[in-house]
Amino acid sequence: MFMLPFIDLGRKVIGFLHFIGGLTNLAAQTVYLTFKPPYKYEHTIVQLKKAGYDSFPIVSVVALFIGFIFALQSAYFMQKLGSEMYIASLVALSIVRELGPVITALVVAGRVGASNTAELGSMQVTEQIDALETMATNPIKYLVVPRFVALGIMLPVLTLYANIIGILGGYLICVMKLGISSSMYMNITFDSLSFKDLFTGLFKAWIFGMLIALISCHEGFNVTGGAEGVGKATTRSVVFTFIMIIAADCFFTALFYFILT
Amino acid sequence: MIKIKELTKRFNNVLVLKDLNLDIQTGQTCVIIGRSGCGKSVLLKHIIGLLKPDKGKVLVDGKEVALMKELELTALRSKVSMVFQGGALFDSLNVAENVGFGLIEHTRINREELLERVEESLSMVGLGGIGNLAPSELSGGMKKRVALARAICIRPEIILYDEPTTGLDPINADSINELIRSLHDKLKVTSVVVTHDMKSAYHIADKIAMMYKGKIVLEGAPSEIQKTADPVVHQFINGLSKGPITEAIDTFK
Repeated sequence: MFMLPFIDLGRKVIGFLHFIGGLTNLAAQTVYLTFKPPYKYEHTIVQLKKAGYDSFPIVSVVALFIGFIFALQSAYFMQKLGSEMYIASLVALSIVRELGPVITALVVAGRVGASNTAELGSMQVTEQIDALETMATNPIKYLVVPRFVALGIMLPVLTLYANIIGILGGYLICVMKLGISSSMYMNITFDSLSFKDLFTGLFKAWIFGMLIALISCHEGFNVTGGAEGVGKATTRSVVFTFIMIIAADCFFTALFYFILT
Repeated sequence: MIKIKELTKRFNNVLVLKDLNLDIQTGQTCVIIGRSGCGKSVLLKHIIGLLKPDKGKVLVDGKEVALMKELELTALRSKVSMVFQGGALFDSLNVAENVGFGLIEHTRINREELLERVEESLSMVGLGGIGNLAPSELSGGMKKRVALARAICIRPEIILYDEPTTGLDPINADSINELIRSLHDKLKVTSVVVTHDMKSAYHIADKIAMMYKGKIVLEGAPSEIQKTADPVVHQFINGLSKGPITEAIDTFK
């Protein structure tokens, strides 16, 4: 009885190590197969549409509201200091360096990552993945590589777009509600941003895209137990992806802070 | 020829196959019978290299499957097809794309020839003209027949069938049996059929092998199996609720 919590903890640690091991193995095979011919672009194009093009509406809405909220919250404090004009730089820097990549990644993880896990999980329980193998088709090359490439390309693109929409949200609040002039807002925004800010944000987005693809496919491939298993794997996939995105964000933010300052 | 020598496989400490031996001659239709969950599908997956044995080996045309490198395994899988229990048709592709999948992925066949081969394969299973349908629009029996068409489209030398008649009504089941028999006669393929449907087994088999407790306990021609005095086989083929198989389970309980 006394040992039960320790046994449970031990099981969780082993489960986590198993997950990390499986993910690393999948990542290595995926990278290798991405560069190994033959290249079949049609599957990647389908995934570019599903992961990227179809995500533009939801990213637009979320980024716009984040811009609104951030400008309003900043205004609350900045007005006390009489520095409303700096809201523009605060909004621009926060969105481009942090909020744009992270919020976009979380939205895409919820929308595309969950869909990947559910799709691959259903294929696993109905033996479609075994069928692929029996037809001499590597399931990683056929299913994971297109998603990995598509999310690696589309997440930076979506992030760039979210940055623009987020800054537009801040602009609308500042110009229409707080009385800051349009030209001043734009000047302060562009003056405060440097290439480094944009690069670090987009680099993180690229990493997040690959993480979403790998974790969602890994969980899909490891589904057991029918429809219930697919549901559990989808939940696990979203939770793990969220945690890994935040952890990777923390790691790369610290890394860039020490390297690029 | 398929040769299985002392094949042993465990899953989570459960011994599924135990020193299993079986030889299947080229061109033969071998039916493997046994209770649900006795490891028949596991045996099939070893033949096509989806699973690796813990001990023992599977040889296809003299080459050990578990030791094959990627290219050899690809070559094996281009001459061995498998028909899965539920069909395992790809949901994202239509029927024609499913049937032609192997040719699309691994050959440079032109579009006209591909469509011709797909239609020919679908016609062989009595489903010509349904290439544009999605798998979700098919009945259970149609899915199994499309899976069969997909298996024969690459002109395989060996076809593995995992419970091809399970879950079908007697008429559909019989038409699948007829198909397996006619494919064997027309294409001269080696067939390994896993089933617990005895009517199907007698109809299609050149040889029947009974699996019990991870081993082949008896193999022979259908007529020999029907006459056997072996109590385990006798209970199974006659579908009796009392006998050594159920007694062993009761004792275990």
